[in-house]
Amino acid sequence: MNDRQIKQLTSENPVATGRLRPTVWTALTALSIGITVSSCTPKSPDVATPPSDGAAPSATVPAADGKGSALSGAGATFPAPLYQRWFADYNKANPGTQISYQSVGSGAGVEQFLAGTVDFGATDAPLKPEERTKFKTKYGAEPIQVPMTGGSVVFAYNLDGVKDLKLSRAAYCGITTGAIKKWNDPEIAKANPGAKLPDSAIQFVHRSDGSGTTFQFTNHLKVACPTWTAGVNKSISWPQGMTGAKGNEGVSAQIKQTPNAIGYVEYSYAKQTDMPMAEIENKSGKLIAPTPAAGEAAFVGEKVPADLALLVPDSANPNAYPISGLTWLLLYPQSKDAAKQTALKSVVEWALTTGKATATELGYVPLEDSLVAKVKAELSKVK
Amino acid sequence: MKTQPPNSTETLLEASTQFKVVRSIDKNFRRVTFGLAIGIGLILVWITYSLLVIALPAIQTFGLGFLVDSTWDPVKNIYGALPHVYGTILSSFLALLFSVPLGVGVAIFLTENFLAPKILQPIALTIELLAAIPSVVYGLWGLFVFLPAIKPLFQGLNHNFGWIPFFSTEPGGRQLLGASLVLAIMILPTIIAISRDTLTSLPPKLRQGAYGLGATRWETIMLVLLPAALSGIVGSIMLALGRALGETMAMAMLIGNANQANISWLAPASTLSSLIANQFGEASGLQKSSLFYEALILMVLTLLVNIFAQMLVSRFQQVE
Repeated sequence: MNDRQIKQLTSENPVATGRLRPTVWTALTALSIGITVSSCTPKSPDVATPPSDGAAPSATVPAADGKGSALSGAGATFPAPLYQRWFADYNKANPGTQISYQSVGSGAGVEQFLAGTVDFGATDAPLKPEERTKFKTKYGAEPIQVPMTGGSVVFAYNLDGVKDLKLSRAAYCGITTGAIKKWNDPEIAKANPGAKLPDSAIQFVHRSDGSGTTFQFTNHLKVACPTWTAGVNKSISWPQGMTGAKGNEGVSAQIKQTPNAIGYVEYSYAKQTDMPMAEIENKSGKLIAPTPAAGEAAFVGEKVPADLALLVPDSANPNAYPISGLTWLLLYPQSKDAAKQTALKSVVEWALTTGKATATELGYVPLEDSLVAKVKAELSKVK
Repeated sequence: MKTQPPNSTETLLEASTQFKVVRSIDKNFRRVTFGLAIGIGLILVWITYSLLVIALPAIQTFGLGFLVDSTWDPVKNIYGALPHVYGTILSSFLALLFSVPLGVGVAIFLTENFLAPKILQPIALTIELLAAIPSVVYGLWGLFVFLPAIKPLFQGLNHNFGWIPFFSTEPGGRQLLGASLVLAIMILPTIIAISRDTLTSLPPKLRQGAYGLGATRWETIMLVLLPAALSGIVGSIMLALGRALGETMAMAMLIGNANQANISWLAPASTLSSLIANQFGEASGLQKSSLFYEALILMVLTLLVNIFAQMLVSRFQQVE
């Protein structure tokens, strides 16, 4: 077609001209259709369709060889480096079993576990009673919750010329609530004789994202500090003007770049990035440096509840590092796919025995033996 | 499409043997495009509706008071969006403050033959590459390189101009002004590229006429070219503002995520999108609802900016 023809076509063809006005009309119709159609949508789209029976549906592709299983899980970010290492190591030893783990956060992990879109979930805070009820009404049995590993939360700091910072209870309580504002405060100086504490403002850095680390940290502060009023949660309302950073890596970057800064990070992370960590005073008044052994000591001799939701906000053990917590795996008591459940059981048992060395190596707190025995007993309920 | 050469005694329509085919293609094409156009509308409505459904508990609990409340307490389940709305608008405004003069200036420089094309092309390419950098890279660069480098400047601002409320706090590692500067760099390519296109597409007779009347280059740019290109430039600024309002990753990394509406630009702040990115992963219940409520506010904010931009552009076009 040449230009002239096009011109003729457009001027003579009634379809091509005079259609401007109806577009307004059609747009309006489109909008109203859209509203009616979408208001018929039965449910909010963030909830996945639950399975009709009690089984965990396979969101994963079954392994090709028929004997092996492909497991998928989702949840907590704090143990993710350890889980990924464990699952990779296990896969090397047992090539038939492939496990994928998405570190989407504890909240999302629990939600997916309840919805049945994963083979197992993971969480830094034990299941709440209402979540247990929800599970029970849907699947007709109690969910199985087993602790896998623990971790300590440490105070990492950046203070020129101060190597071994020691913090008494009153000192770290004051720093976190914002009551102690300067480094040369007598409360801090008392525990650090001879240290050159600067006369400058303390720059406290906290996690801005919702996190199991914040949960463990505030869980301890609430018990240890009478002045702590912000409560216990994965994210809380911090005093005005404190800087928040995303993730362990964000907090540690902020601390490293800011002179006179202090903040809390996971022990494993602080250890891997060589950050100076403060010794803190535990319940029996002893100054304790964070180590896996001191973290493990926090759980020794504690009475374990039936659902294994062991929280030790402030251990009475004189050798314990007080800010230590566990992280849990969530399993289905029953499933149609027996092969998967067997594989899962063997993974958990392997991780708690053979995998212990890996946990220590990465800076996590391995479970002490009596707790491992309890986990094994609980695992027998998985069918 | 093949058509017969037109016969001089027949009309074009009669001459075309494939007229029916053409008509039916025409009709079907119209139907398909119509369907697709409605589809886009539907998707928007769907997103808004699903946001609304999840946000509903928060809307019912807090109402419009959400907009003026500055508490964000997941323990007590009390939420308010004031600090985040404030941080979003202020950071975008500051980013525009830096990037508009710079961006329009660069666009003029690149179009008004100040440079030989040999040098010009690489510069233009570099600017377009700036737009292709992912925002997480901007965030990392800002965090580890830019902000530490520029910190002495902020400290100087605080020491010398601390009496101005905007600079009244001791600058920490992350704060509103630093984040806004990175944001300004991020939106710069949008402003430059579109302004440059507008300036290049101006009719050459405008330039020639102005020079012919004896105008200097300065007068030509300021009094003839810029007014003529104004609608395009305003359009580019509004597009950039849209990106600035919604920018998530870099802001979550750089702005300091403090839940406060501080008058000082050197204090940590937070934005609607940075808060959502930070807290969504572990949020549930009312906290999640409130995050969705914030998302709705951000959508409405962006919509308002777009409507405003349309009004501005059409006004300037009328002036022409």
